[in-house]
Amino acid sequence: MSGLRILVPIKRVIDYAVKPRVNRAQTAVETANVKHSMNPFDELSIEEAIRLRERKVPIQEIVAFSAGPAKSQDILRTAMAMGADRSIHVVVEEKDPQLEPLGVAKLLKKVVEEQKSDLVILGKQSIDDDASQTGQMLAGLLGWPQATQASKVDISDKTVTVIKEVDGGVETIKANLPMIITTDLRLNEPRYASLPNIMKAKKKPLEKKTLKDYGLDEQPRLKTLKVTEPPPRKGGVKVDDVDGMISKLKELGAL
Amino acid sequence: MAAVNQTLRHRVINIYKELLFLGREYPLGYEYYRTRLHKAFASQQHVTDEEQIRKGIERAEFVKKEIEALYYLKRYRALRQRYDKV
Repeated sequence: MSGLRILVPIKRVIDYAVKPRVNRAQTAVETANVKHSMNPFDELSIEEAIRLRERKVPIQEIVAFSAGPAKSQDILRTAMAMGADRSIHVVVEEKDPQLEPLGVAKLLKKVVEEQKSDLVILGKQSIDDDASQTGQMLAGLLGWPQATQASKVDISDKTVTVIKEVDGGVETIKANLPMIITTDLRLNEPRYASLPNIMKAKKKPLEKKTLKDYGLDEQPRLKTLKVTEPPPRKGGVKVDDVDGMISKLKELGAL
Repeated sequence: MAAVNQTLRHRVINIYKELLFLGREYPLGYEYYRTRLHKAFASQQHVTDEEQIRKGIERAEFVKKEIEALYYLKRYRALRQRYDKV
């Protein structure tokens, strides 16, 4: 076997530090003139792919992939600055119907087949939709084993051992390649894409494609009824003494 | 300037540029960051001893790492607060 071919799909989302605003028609979150960056969980997956290579796991190629508007190029460049070898960008304009997790999974299946990848590392969820479905759906479509919410990944020969975070503890999973892994927060500490590396990444190849190239014409299946902001928190009240507190608690039904 | 080692000069300029680049995401704003960075470098402009300049570059590298760590922690904490209920 001549080294792993890793595919890392990434998504351009509203930056984690920005407070999202709902648009006036209450149909979506305002994205115009808002700072965007790479989904933090996807940064973890890029980093993990690079660390596998640095740990001398034989890796032939790390390919970053993104589907989205033209600006998604920026995050692909960041991924390449971090250490991905090349990238593929499927252009989906903002005015076109947006991809849903199932659509992305179908698209990724085609990409995996085209690129002959044998390991796909995804973020466990994106911080905009928080769907947490794409990795699982892709595993289902491909019929590959999957390890979600990974906090440690080990590869020896063709066996992958993944420690994953589950409710109240960890779970260790062993499977053979090919495989799907989705990353959790404590997997690693992503490096910063430095200025010189971003400059160097400009020379790395970036392939532009469209959904038609993959023979896909996904129509949205989900309908967004309404988007609203969470209700504002109500302020607390001060009580004068212990009796006051107890009567207040009784009033609220807590006692 | 002719007497000053040119490679050292380049390294100082490079690290300054890298630090400036890091400042784009500084929590208190780019302007706050840029003026302070500029001041820090300007306050060292009289240094001519090569050994001293090397020490200065080392310090700049250290600050760079600190800022990267700051960004990482800030993001990690925000995400942990949002996604880890424990």
